[in-house]
Amino acid sequence: MAMKIEEVIAEVMEIAGEGAVQEELDMPGPVLRVPRESLAKVMPLLRQRGFDSLMALSGIDYQGMKKYKADAGDSLGVVYHLFSFAERCKITIKVWLPREDPQVFSVAAIWPTAEWHEREAYDMFGIRFEGHPDPRRILLPEDWEGWPLRKDYQMPTEYRGIVHRDEEGQA
Amino acid sequence: MSGESGATAPSVQLELKDNVLLTTVDRVLDWARLSSIWPMTFGLACCAIEMMATGAARYDLDRFGAGAFRATPRQSDLMIVAGTVVYKMAPKVKLLYDQMPEPKWVIAMGACATGGGPYYHHGYHVMQGVDRIIPVDVYVPGCPPRPEALIDALLTLQEKIRRERPLTQRLRQLWSK
Ligand code: SF4
Repeated sequence: MAMKIEEVIAEVMEIAGEGAVQEELDMPGPVLRVPRESLAKVMPLLRQRGFDSLMALSGIDYQGMKKYKADAGDSLGVVYHLFSFAERCKITIKVWLPREDPQVFSVAAIWPTAEWHEREAYDMFGIRFEGHPDPRRILLPEDWEGWPLRKDYQMPTEYRGIVHRDEEGQA
Repeated sequence: MSGESGATAPSVQLELKDNVLLTTVDRVLDWARLSSIWPMTFGLACCAIEMMATGAARYDLDRFGAGAFRATPRQSDLMIVAGTVVYKMAPKVKLLYDQMPEPKWVIAMGACATGGGPYYHHGYHVMQGVDRIIPVDVYVPGCPPRPEALIDALLTLQEKIRRERPLTQRLRQLWSK
């Protein structure tokens, strides 16, 4: 099944509807930013069009990021890097999520590899993935508080009674 | 020595001199303990690689009676905390230490186990020194320490054990009650 990347872009832009943009970035393959509501439609479509590999799924905190400050504000985000083995081409999908309610469609049912990636994004950024089969922390202990890779994360002062000093050496 | 004849034959004296050692039970215990320190097979990060090198043929911990790495805390005398102790691991390290029978010793190997090492400032997840949960006998600096440094720590520990005198300690404790 031959795939024309321009056609796929057009299809995604149409199905994603209002708010979808193509970002001009120096990246292999196009970069599309879609509204999070449309992700449940966009991702299965891309899988059907031949993007059989989810190379990476990353959480992002845009807070204080100059390049995006104007529009991203202090939102969180998820970036999906997809690859098609048959067509040898890549595409990048982004979603921005409001900081207060970072919830997004889980792609673990489409690309099973996403299961651990999404758990990591949840662990580090507190992004919740709707429909994830096992939404637990993956690296940190279950009783950990906070989301360490958020820019406004406060260093812990103790864990289970073990004192943690801050940078000035205060307990 | 007093026999019926009132004096010991010179040959018997020679025999005794060559074959009888006089010492205290305390010293024998210390000697036995320090000569057979069995470490636990247990590594947490990059430092563990150096610990394995120390145990392997080139550096050969067996020369000091400490090469028998045991796969269970129940048979170990020495815990070499070789690596970064993260908070998730801390309760398990404590549990393993508690499962070791007395007498037991701990070597904190490397900057991480000693005080958090490179993660001290920005490592939200790294415990800043294993001595926050278990008592440490010898600290080894380095990131990672070379095998020579670990061997030096082991010899230091042996010197410490040589002076422990467990029975005397025990009697002192009993009498002071
Ligand atoms: S002290 Fe250095 S070598 Fe040892 S565990 Fe820490 S980072 Fe790794």
